[in-house]
Amino acid sequence: MNRRVLLIEDEPNITEAIRFLLSREGWQVDTHADGSDAVQVITAAAPNLLILDVMLPGKSGMDILKEVRALDGMQDLPVLMLTARGQARDRDMAEKAGVSRFMTKPFSNAEVLTAVRDLHAQASRT
Amino acid sequence: MISGFRQADLARKVGISASYLNLIEHNRRRIGGKLLVDIATELQVEPSMLTEGAEAALIAALGEAAAEAGPAGAETDRVDEFAGRFPGWAEIVARQHRRITTLERTVVTLSDRLTHDPLLAASLHELLSTAAAIRSTASILAEPGDLEPEWRDRFHRNLNQDAERLAESSKALVGYLDETDSSSADRRGMPLEQVEAFVAARGHHFPEIETTGDVPSEVLQELESGAARAVGADILALYAADVRAMPLRDVLKALEALGLDPLGLARRFEVDLPAVFRRLATLPEGALAHEVGLVQCDASGSVVFRKAIPGFALPRHGESCPLWPLFTALNRPLVPIRRRVSQLGRSAAEFDCLAVAWPQEVPGFDVDPVYHSIMLILPVPSDEQDRADALPVGSSCRVCPRRSCVARREPSILSEEF
Repeated sequence: MNRRVLLIEDEPNITEAIRFLLSREGWQVDTHADGSDAVQVITAAAPNLLILDVMLPGKSGMDILKEVRALDGMQDLPVLMLTARGQARDRDMAEKAGVSRFMTKPFSNAEVLTAVRDLHAQASRT
Repeated sequence: MISGFRQADLARKVGISASYLNLIEHNRRRIGGKLLVDIATELQVEPSMLTEGAEAALIAALGEAAAEAGPAGAETDRVDEFAGRFPGWAEIVARQHRRITTLERTVVTLSDRLTHDPLLAASLHELLSTAAAIRSTASILAEPGDLEPEWRDRFHRNLNQDAERLAESSKALVGYLDETDSSSADRRGMPLEQVEAFVAARGHHFPEIETTGDVPSEVLQELESGAARAVGADILALYAADVRAMPLRDVLKALEALGLDPLGLARRFEVDLPAVFRRLATLPEGALAHEVGLVQCDASGSVVFRKAIPGFALPRHGESCPLWPLFTALNRPLVPIRRRVSQLGRSAAEFDCLAVAWPQEVPGFDVDPVYHSIMLILPVPSDEQDRADALPVGSSCRVCPRRSCVARREPSILSEEF
């Protein structure tokens, strides 16, 4: 299985750190910082794994995820969602929208790497 | 209660300040002992007449306290006896109940703020995102082994930027919390309650507005929170508009000629009834033979302004008796309604309630109007009480003993019938 990850995050220094970490693990990392055209970017990039921030300019990560899940062939795309809001109802909303893993900021690098490895392994088995 | 007397004169005669007397008159200070007798002597009335209204309010507050406490076993059928035998303790219970209610509302307000305040949410998001960036970057830099110089320099630069951002965002957040912590005023109640307390402390009469027909900006400075100032500004702006339409001198002359005739006053000044009701509630001491009460609600039935009157219990927070003419008027907009009502069990006093509902804006085609309703509460002289057609009403269901009421929302904690 290919290892292409699309990171949609509007915080440039978080983007840079995650890009560095995942590149070092052998991932090809594409990045995008805007929510408004994120669905088109995801469709065009067809990544093996999506890392999605919730609070994005233009459109929220929740709405993006719902739209993506409604597209053909996107139901099984592993999605790791990053958010500063970790309340139970935010998790519920994310689960209803079809998230694979939910992670609250400030996360550790090890947590991100573990989540990405787990999601990739699960997707590879199916 | 002290019609015919200037408040200041009476205060001087009994040796207290006018402002303290004002607090007593509005049931914000309990009266008793020598002071009660002195005031009653000056007013040439029985001392019991002066305490009746306060006692009804106290009993209502105790009833609310028992209702909130749930099935704790308070002897609600002996609440009158408790208030009568231990007035000091009863007052403490009532005050504690009010304090608890205020604190509970503060918790709700703060919780709402954490959940819904967009500025706070954005500020916290900024802090957490910056912290995430710093944590991630610092963690990479702290890893053992050599990092390529280009990456290392970039991460050092990022770390420095994020540290500065964190400092700025933290300061901004503290500044925001400090500023809105004038909503520490929220700890003393909701904005509307602060405004009601402020207006009541001024006896519902503002000479500076009466003189100029305008609201001097310094008047509102007594209100601490921005939200309370905003609510107060709207209420006083309406007061000023009413003053311009019905100057005090003209109103007093019209009252001499017409008596307390709201419809006649509306015709005389070419204003609507709500304006007359509001104006009557802002007249100075002694202008009317009796003090009047006023309640206004919006289309949802939420009370948006209250001027309390002794003997007519107004619940502190929503959930008023649905039988009040205030709400009847909402069902028949623009139709003035007059009802004789009696409230509160065995110490029932009768009041004439005049109510009308009116649209907030000029109705438009295909637009549903939004109504407000207002009710003027007039005390009925003792020799005119006990009218057979008086409509029994309560304060709120939980402290109302009328079990068979068709409008009942929830069971009463009281066991008596009227």
